[in-house]
Amino acid sequence: MPITLTHYLVLSALIFSIGLFGVLAKRNVVAILMCVEVMMNAVNIALVAISHYRLVPAGNLVSGLNGQVLTLFVITVSAAEASVALAIILAIYRGRRTVNVDEVNLMKW
Amino acid sequence: MTTDSYTALAFYVIAGLMVVGALGIVLLPRVVHAALAMVFVFFLISGIYVLLGADFIAATQIIIYVGAITVLFLFAIMLTNRSYAPDSNPANSQWMAATGVAVLTFGSLAALVSQANIPQSSDVSAGLGDVTLALGQLLMGPYIIPFEIAGVLLLAAMIGAIVIAKES
Repeated sequence: MPITLTHYLVLSALIFSIGLFGVLAKRNVVAILMCVEVMMNAVNIALVAISHYRLVPAGNLVSGLNGQVLTLFVITVSAAEASVALAIILAIYRGRRTVNVDEVNLMKW
Repeated sequence: MTTDSYTALAFYVIAGLMVVGALGIVLLPRVVHAALAMVFVFFLISGIYVLLGADFIAATQIIIYVGAITVLFLFAIMLTNRSYAPDSNPANSQWMAATGVAVLTFGSLAALVSQANIPQSSDVSAGLGDVTLALGQLLMGPYIIPFEIAGVLLLAAMIGAIVIAKES
C-alpha cells in the first residue's frame, strides 16, 4: 500500500496529541515548552505533507511550495518563542527558586 | 522491492520511532532524558521532510532544532535546579484529564483526516526540480515582506531575551 497524504496527516495528529498531553500534564515548565515545540513540529509535518501532495502537476513548482515557505516562517517564530520563553523561565527561577508551574501562582485569583 | 515499498518501509520505521520518542518526552522521569528524546524526535522529523522531498526544510530542521533550540533547552535545564533528579519531569494532578483530552483530540483529528476527501495531484514526485532554488525565489519575491518581518522578529526576540534574562 503506497504512503498517502492521510498517513502523514495521521502521524502529525498523533505527535500533536502527544505534545498536547505533555503541555497539559507536565509540571516542569521546561518540559511544557519542549512539548509546545513538538506540537509545532507536528503542524510543520502536516504543512510540508500537504504542500508535497498537492503539487500542481503542470510543472508549476512555485505554487506547490507555499506550504514549505509557511513552514520556514513557523520555524523562525518558534525559535524566537523558545528564546524568549527560556529567558522568562530563568527570570522566574531567579526570583522564586522553582520551575514548577503549580508553584508559580502569583497571578492565580 | 519497488520504490513505493521502500518509501513505505522508511515511513513506518520513522513514524514508529518518532511516536516512541515523543512518548519518551512526556513519560521519562528525568527532564534531561526528555530533552534528549526531543532531539531524537526532531531528527526523525527531518527524515520525514526528506521523504516528502523538502530537502531545504530538512537541513533547516537539523540546524535550527537539533542544533540551536536543543542547546537552548539544555542550558535552561542545567541552569534550573535538580535537573538530574529522578522526579524532575513530574506529571501534575490533572494528568488523567489531560490523557482524556489528548485521546479525544487525536480521535477527532484522525477521524477528520481519514474521512476528508482531499484532491491530490496524481503524479506527486515528477517535476520536482530544484526546490531550494524555487524556495529562495519565493522568499525573495512574493514573500519578501514576511521574510523581512521575520528578521525584525528575530532581532526583537534576541533583545527581549537578553533584557529579560539579565540580572538587574
